[in-house]
Amino acid sequence: MDFLVANFAEILFYCFAALTVAGAVGVLVLRSPVHAALSLLLTFVMVGALFLLRHAELLAAVQVLVYGGGIMVLFLFVIMLVNVKGLASSEVFLSELAPLAVVGGVLLGILVAFALVFGVFASGQGDGTALRSAGGEVLGNTEAVGMVLYTTYLVPFEVVSVVLLVAMIGAIVFGRRSAAFERRGGEEGP
Amino acid sequence: MIEATHYVVLSIILLCLGIIGVMVRRNFITVLMSLELMFNAVNLNLIAFSFRLSDLAGQVLAIFVITVAAAEAAIGLGLIIALVRLKNTVSLDEADLMRG
Amino acid sequence: MKLYDLIWLVPLFPLAGAVFNGLVSNRRGLSKAVTHSAALLGAGLAWLYGWAAMIQWFLTEDRTAPYVVRAFEWISGGAVTIAGGRTAEVAIAASFQVDPLSAVMVGFVTFVGFLIHLYSVGYMHGESDRAYARYFSFLNLFMFAMLTLVLGSNLPVLFVGWEGVGLCSYLLIGFYFEKDWCAAAGMKAFIVNRIGDFGFLLAIFFAFFYFGTLEFDGLFRAMANDHHGDLAGAATIIGLLLFVGAIGKSAQLPLYVWLPDAMAGPTPVSALIHAATMVTAGVYMVARCNYFYQMSPAAMLTVAVIGGVTAVFSATIGLVQNDIKKVLAYSTVSQLGYMFLAAGVGAYIAAIFHVVTHAFFKACLFLGSGSVIHACGGEQDMRKMGGLRKHMPTTYWTFLAATIAIAGIPPLAGFVSKDAILAKVFEAGYTNLNDHSGIYYLLWVLGLGGAALTAFYMFRLVYMTFFGEFRGGVESEHHLHESPWTMTLPLQVLAVLSIVGGLLIGFPGQLFHLEGWSFIDRFLGPVVLQAHGDGHHGHAVGLGLEWILVGLSVAVAVGGILMARRFYRLDPAWTWPQHLAARFPLAYRMLLNKYWVDELYDATVVRGTVRLADLLWELDARVVDGAVNGTRHATVGSSWLSGIFDLQVVDGLVNLLGNGVRVTGRESRRLQVGFAQGYVMVMVFGAALLLGIFFVATL
Repeated sequence: MDFLVANFAEILFYCFAALTVAGAVGVLVLRSPVHAALSLLLTFVMVGALFLLRHAELLAAVQVLVYGGGIMVLFLFVIMLVNVKGLASSEVFLSELAPLAVVGGVLLGILVAFALVFGVFASGQGDGTALRSAGGEVLGNTEAVGMVLYTTYLVPFEVVSVVLLVAMIGAIVFGRRSAAFERRGGEEGP
Repeated sequence: MIEATHYVVLSIILLCLGIIGVMVRRNFITVLMSLELMFNAVNLNLIAFSFRLSDLAGQVLAIFVITVAAAEAAIGLGLIIALVRLKNTVSLDEADLMRG
Repeated sequence: MKLYDLIWLVPLFPLAGAVFNGLVSNRRGLSKAVTHSAALLGAGLAWLYGWAAMIQWFLTEDRTAPYVVRAFEWISGGAVTIAGGRTAEVAIAASFQVDPLSAVMVGFVTFVGFLIHLYSVGYMHGESDRAYARYFSFLNLFMFAMLTLVLGSNLPVLFVGWEGVGLCSYLLIGFYFEKDWCAAAGMKAFIVNRIGDFGFLLAIFFAFFYFGTLEFDGLFRAMANDHHGDLAGAATIIGLLLFVGAIGKSAQLPLYVWLPDAMAGPTPVSALIHAATMVTAGVYMVARCNYFYQMSPAAMLTVAVIGGVTAVFSATIGLVQNDIKKVLAYSTVSQLGYMFLAAGVGAYIAAIFHVVTHAFFKACLFLGSGSVIHACGGEQDMRKMGGLRKHMPTTYWTFLAATIAIAGIPPLAGFVSKDAILAKVFEAGYTNLNDHSGIYYLLWVLGLGGAALTAFYMFRLVYMTFFGEFRGGVESEHHLHESPWTMTLPLQVLAVLSIVGGLLIGFPGQLFHLEGWSFIDRFLGPVVLQAHGDGHHGHAVGLGLEWILVGLSVAVAVGGILMARRFYRLDPAWTWPQHLAARFPLAYRMLLNKYWVDELYDATVVRGTVRLADLLWELDARVVDGAVNGTRHATVGSSWLSGIFDLQVVDGLVNLLGNGVRVTGRESRRLQVGFAQGYVMVMVFGAALLLGIFFVATL
C-alpha cells in the first residue's frame, strides 16, 4: 500500500500510457471503422489524462472536447454517411507492403528514440507553478495560457484562424464539386 | 519519478504506430485516424517539454497543433466523401488518378 | 507634382491590360470590343503618361545626371568579397531611371507600340474571341517587359525586361501554335536567345565581381574615374559578354537565324517585336553600357566587325528571297548590323538615332506588308502578287515612302540616320581610331555596299508587289481591297514620320555649318562616356569630304534603285534576274538557301545534341542496363551453380533471393504509380536513412 501511495504518479502514468498504446494498436488492427474510431477515442482521452499529469489542464480539456468531441463525431459522421459496409470490401491491410512498412516504422522509431532518449536533455524535473503564472502572478493554467496566447502569440493565433477558414472553404469546395459531378450523371470526368 | 524521457518514449511509440497505420491500412478513414495518432504524439512531446522547461510556449503550440489537426480532419473527411462519390470506395490504393 | 517620380507606372499600365486580358477576357471569352479597349487603354496610357513624364522631366531636371526612382528593395544578400579583396553589399533595388536615353526609348516604344496595338485591332479581327484576348494580352505583356527593359536603372532590372521580351517574343511567334512550324519557330527563337542570355548573365556576374554594383550610374562613374586604364581588362570581358547577349537578342551573326523564322508570328508582332523594338534592345544595351566599350578597343572592334559583316551578309540573302516578310526580316537583320557598326565606332548616338528612324520605317514596312498579306488572303509569296498599287492606294504610298526612307534617299529618315552612321565609320578610319584604320575603312566600304544592296532588294520588293499585273489568279483579284482605317491610320502616321522624322530629331547641321541643330546629338550627349584624351572631334573630317561621302551614299542608293527598276519594272518577264540565276547557279542557290547556315547548325549543333542524347541513351541502355542485366545473369548463374552444387540445401535460399528480387522489383515499380502510401514509405525509409547517417557522422 505504501508502495502505491509513494509511486502513485508513476502508476497512473503507466496505466494511462498502456491504455494509450492499446488504443493506438486497436486503430491499427481493428477491421471495422467504427471499432477503430472507438479505439481512437480511448487514445484521445488517455492522452488528455497524460496532459493532466503534466499540469496542462486547459490542454487536457481541449483535447477531450476537440478530439473526443469534435473530430471523433466528424469521423463517425463520415463513417455513417459513406456507409462503409455497403461498399465493395477489400482486404484490411496492404498485405504485400505490410511487413516492409512495419520494419520501416520500427526502424525509424528506434532511430528517433536513440536521437531523443540518449540525447543530453531528457532528465531533470520541471516546475509546475510556472505553467500557472503569468507576469509573476499566480493564476490558473487556463488564464496563464490565455495571457500568453493573446499577447505574445496573437499573430500566429490569427493566422491559425485563417487556416481554419481555408479548411472550411476547402471542405465546401469538395462538396460542391461532388454535387456537380453527380449532376453529370455519375460518369467519370474527362 | 516520471521524466520527459518517459513521455518521449511513449510519444515515439505512438508516432511509429501512426506511421505504420498510414502505410499499411487500406481504408482511407483508418489512415486519417492514424494521422491523428501522429498529431497526438507530437502534442505529448510538446506538453512534456513545456513542463520540463517551465515554458508555456509548448502548450500554446499544442493548441495550434490541435487546430491544424481539426482543419486536416475536415479536409481529409471531405476528400473521403469525394472519393466515395467518384469511385464508390474508401480504399486508398484505388485513389490512383495521379498515376503517370 | 512630379510625374516622373512615378515612372514605374509606365510599364504597369500595359501590365494591367495584360492581366485583365489574360485572366479575365481570355477565360470568359469577352467580346473583342472589351478586349481591345483594355489593351489600347493600357498601351495608350503608357504612351500618354510616358510622354508627359518625360517632357516634365526634360523641362525641370538637370539632364546630365540620371534621375533614379527606387520602387522597392529587390535582392539583398549581405556582404560578399569581390575583386581585389574588397567587400560589397549585395543590395539590388527594383529601380527605374529617367535619363535622355531612356526618354528617347520610352518615347518611341510607347508611340510605335500604341500604333501597332491600333493596327492589330484591324488585323486580328478574324480570330476567335479568346485567341484575340490571348494575342492582346501577350502584346501588352510585351510592352510591359520592353518598358521595364528601357527604364531599368541597373543590369538585373534590365535583364528582367530582357527575359520578359524574349518570353513574349516566343509566345507571339508561336501564336498559331496549332501549326507545327510556328511552334518550332517560337522554340528556335527562344533557344537561340538563351545562348545570348547566358553571356549576358555572365556579364552581370562579372560586373558585380569587378565593380561591386550593378547600377548604371555607379558603373558609369567607376569607369569615368578610371584614369589609368586599370579597368580596361574588366571592361573588355564585360563588354564582350554583354555583346554576346546583344548578338542573340538583336539577331547578329552568328545567332541571327531565329529572326527570319520569327516571321511565323502575326505580322503586327513582326512589326513591333521583330523590327521596331525588341530586336533593338541589344543596341540599346550596348549604348547604355557604352562606358565598357569606350574603355576597350577590342570589344569595340568586335562589335563593329560583327555589325558590318552582318549588314552585308544578310542584305545579300535578302536579294533573292520571294517571301515578302522574309525579305523584310533579312532587311531588319541588315539594319541592326548598321546600328552595331555605329556602336562599334563609338557613335552610340547615331546607333540610337538609327534605332528610332528604323522603328518608323521598318514598322511601316511590316505593317504595310501585313496589309498586303491581308488583302491577298494570307499569301506571302511576292511572285503571286503584283499590281496592288491600283487596289490599295494608301498602303502603296505609305509603303513607298518607307521604302525610299530605308533605301537612303535624302531627305527621308533612313538617309539621315544611315548617312550619320557611314560618316562616323569613315571618320573612325580617317582618324585612325584605336589604330585600326584599315579595318574601319573596310567596314565603311562594306556599309556602302550594303546600302546599295538595301536599295536594290527593297525596290525589287516594291516592284514585284505593287507594279505590273496581278499574278495571283482572277479569283483572288476580286478579293483585293484596301484595309480598314485602324490599319491604314498607323501606316500613314508612320509613313509621315519616315519622311520627316529624320530631319526633325537629327538634323545633320554639321553639313551646313549649323552645329547643334541635331536635337538627338545634344540630348543624348551626357549619356555617352567621353574617352580619355579624346576631346571634341566633330570636325575630324573636312566639310568638302563629308559632302563627297553624302554624294557617294546617295549615288549607291540611286544605283541600286535603278538596277531594281531595270530588272523588275521595265522588263515584266524578269529575264535578267533569271539569266543571272542561270549564269551563276551556285551563287544563286547559295543566296536562296541563306548560305545553308540553318543546315549547318542543323548538322552540327542540333544533330550534335541529338547524337549526344542518343549516345547517353545508348550508354544507359548498354552500360547501365547491361550492368543491371549482368547482375541478374550473375544471380541466375550463381543460383544455377548453387543448384548444381547443392540442390538440397541452397535451393530454398536461392528461391528466397529470386522472390526477393521479384517482389522488390514489383514493389518498387508500385512506388512510382501515384500510390500515396508508397510515397509515405519512401519518406519513412528516407528519414531513417538520414538519421542513420546522422548517427554514423556523430559517432
